[in-house]
Amino acid sequence: MSAAIETEGLTKDFSVGFWRPRPYRALDHLTLKVEAGEVFGFLGPNGAGKSTTLKLLMQLLYPTSGEARILGRPAGDAAVRQRVGFLAENPYYYDYLTAEELLAYFARLFGFRGADVDTRVARVLDEVGIGKERRLRLRRFSKGMTQRVGLAQALLNDPEVLFLDEPMSGLDPLGRRHVRDLILGLRAKGCTVFFSSHILSDAETLCSRVGVLVQGKLVASGPLSEILAFELKGWEVVVACGPQLHAELATFARTVTPLSDGHVLLHLAPDAEPDRVVGELTRRGAHIVSINPVRETLEDYFVQVVGATAGRDTSGAGA
Amino acid sequence: MRTIWIVAGAAFKESVRDRVPYTMVVFAVLMMAASYLISELTAGQDLKIIKDLGLAAMSVFGLVIAVFIGIGLVSKEVERKSVFGLLTKPVTRAQFILGKYLGLVTTLAVNLSVMTVAYYGVLFYMNGMATEAMRAGWPVPATDPRLLVAVVLIMGELAVVTAIALMFSTFSSPLLSAMLTLGLWVSGHFNGDLRQFEQVVDQPAVAWIARGLYYVLPNLAPFNVKAEVVYGMPVSASHVGFTLLYALTYIAALLVAAVAIFRRRDFR
Ligand SMILES: Nc1ncnc2c1ncn2[C@@H]1O[C@H](COP(=O)(O)OP(=O)(O)O)[C@@H](O)[C@H]1O
Ligand SMILES: [Mg+2]
Repeated sequence: MSAAIETEGLTKDFSVGFWRPRPYRALDHLTLKVEAGEVFGFLGPNGAGKSTTLKLLMQLLYPTSGEARILGRPAGDAAVRQRVGFLAENPYYYDYLTAEELLAYFARLFGFRGADVDTRVARVLDEVGIGKERRLRLRRFSKGMTQRVGLAQALLNDPEVLFLDEPMSGLDPLGRRHVRDLILGLRAKGCTVFFSSHILSDAETLCSRVGVLVQGKLVASGPLSEILAFELKGWEVVVACGPQLHAELATFARTVTPLSDGHVLLHLAPDAEPDRVVGELTRRGAHIVSINPVRETLEDYFVQVVGATAGRDTSGAGA
Repeated sequence: MRTIWIVAGAAFKESVRDRVPYTMVVFAVLMMAASYLISELTAGQDLKIIKDLGLAAMSVFGLVIAVFIGIGLVSKEVERKSVFGLLTKPVTRAQFILGKYLGLVTTLAVNLSVMTVAYYGVLFYMNGMATEAMRAGWPVPATDPRLLVAVVLIMGELAVVTAIALMFSTFSSPLLSAMLTLGLWVSGHFNGDLRQFEQVVDQPAVAWIARGLYYVLPNLAPFNVKAEVVYGMPVSASHVGFTLLYALTYIAALLVAAVAIFRRRDFR
C-alpha cells in the first residue's frame, strides 16, 4: 500500500518584486511521507511555508520542482479530490449564500443528489456545531463561524484524507476543544489528517507524528516522543516539610520555590538521582506531594530550532 | 457536464442576488419616464425615438452587467480566495470557467428577457394612447415583433463581451479587465474601419497590422441592427445567422484561451 500523502523534493519559488522580479523560495525540497490513518501535525512559525505546501498538495499552486502524491495519485487529480477534504487558512466563502446553501452546492459537486445532499449537509453542520445560524447568509458569520463552515465543507464527502490549514485559528477555547474532539473522532475512524499549525499544544494532544518546517525547510520529523524525548531537563519535586528542613532544602535542589499553598517546589538537575533525594527527604520527615520529570516541550524545541535556523541565516547573509 | 451546470447555477444565483435586479428596475423606470416625457412633449409622434432608446438602453445595461459581473465572477473568487473551496472539489478548472460563463449568459438572457417585456409593455401602452391617424403614420406597428431580431443580436453581442471579460479576468486585475473589455467593445464597433484604413495606407507594415487587428479584434458592428428594425428596413436571415455563427466561433476561441490561461494559474 502506498502512503496517504507523499512529497518528493517539493519546491516552490515565488517571484517577488515588480520591477526586478527575483525568485523567493517558499518551500525547499520537502520530502515527506504520511501513512494512512496518521494524524500528522505540520508545524512551523508564520511564513515557514506551511500554507504553500498545502496549496501545492491541492494543486492550487504548481510546484517549481518536485512532486506530490495523494493516495498514490498525482496531486490535483480530479478523482483524488473526490476522496479528500481541504480547509484553507482563513477561509472565505460566498457572502450571498447561507451556510446550508453553500454546503448543498459543494455536496452536489461531490456528486451527491437529492435527499442525500440534505442529510449530509445537516450532519456536517451538526458535527461542527452550527445550529440555527445555518439559515443565515455567510455575510453575517464571524471568523470563528466561518471557520466552522470551512470544517463542515471539508467533511462533506467523508474524506479519506483531510487537509486542514490552521484549523484552530479564529476559534474560541470551546471551539478549539470541539475541533480537537472532531479530529480525534476522525482518527478513530481511520481518516488521515494532515494539519498545519503554529500552535504547539494542538499538536501535542493530537498528532502521532509531526514535521517541523522553518523557512521552507523541513528541519525535523517523526513521532513527538522521538523529537522531544532526547532531553530530560530535570525533575520537579513538591514537598511539605517543617521549617528546619526548609532551611536545608537548597542543598538538595538547584532552585527552591515556596508555593502559595505552603508546599515547596524543588527543581532538581537531570542527573540528580531523584530516588536518593526523595529517600533522604522522607527520612528527614518531609512529605512528598509529587514528583515529575521535566521534559523538553515542543515549545522549547521550537524556540531553539527556529532561533538556530534564523541565526544561521543572518550570519550567512553577513558573510 | 453536470458539474458545469452546478457551477453555472451557483453563478446565476450569485449574480441574481447581486446587483442585477436593481439594474433591471433602473432600466424599467428610465424607460417609463422617458416614454412618458416624450409622449407628453411630442404627442406620440416620435415612437421611433422610444424604440431606439429602449434598444440602446438594453445594449448599455446589458454591457454594464456583462462587463462588471462577468469580471467579478472570476476575479472576485480569486481575490477573496473562495476559489480555494471550489477548486478543491472534484471540479476541473475548465469546468469552473465554463460553468461561470454559462451562469452569466443565463443571467444576461433572463435580464434581457425582462427588459424586453418591459419594452414591449411601454410600446403597447403607447399604441393604446395613439390615435388612429398617428398609427397610420408609423412605418411599422408599435409592437413590431421584428424588434426581437435586434434583441437577439444584442444578446449575441453581450455573449461575446461576456466571454471577453471572462477571458481577461482569468489573468488580470478587475480594473484592468474592465478597461480592456470596454476598450475591445469600443474597437469592436469601429473594427470595420480598420478594413478601410488598410486600403488607404501605403505603408505595407501598417496595412499588415491593420489587417491582423481586423481579424483578431471582435467585430461587433454587425450585431447592431437597431436602426434597421426601428425604421422598418430589412435585416436578412442570413445576416442574423452568420452573425450568430461568428459570435459562437469567437466565444469558443475566447473560452479556449480563458481555460488555457486559468489552468496554468497559481492561486496564492
Ligand atoms: N504569493 C506570494 N508571493 C510571494 N511570496 C509569497 C507568496 N505567498 C507566500 N509567500 C511567502 O512564502 C513564505 C511561506 O508562506 P506561507 O506558506 O503562507 O507560510 P505559513 O503558512 O507557514 O505561514 C512566506 O515567507 C511568504 O511571505
Ligand atoms: Mg499559513
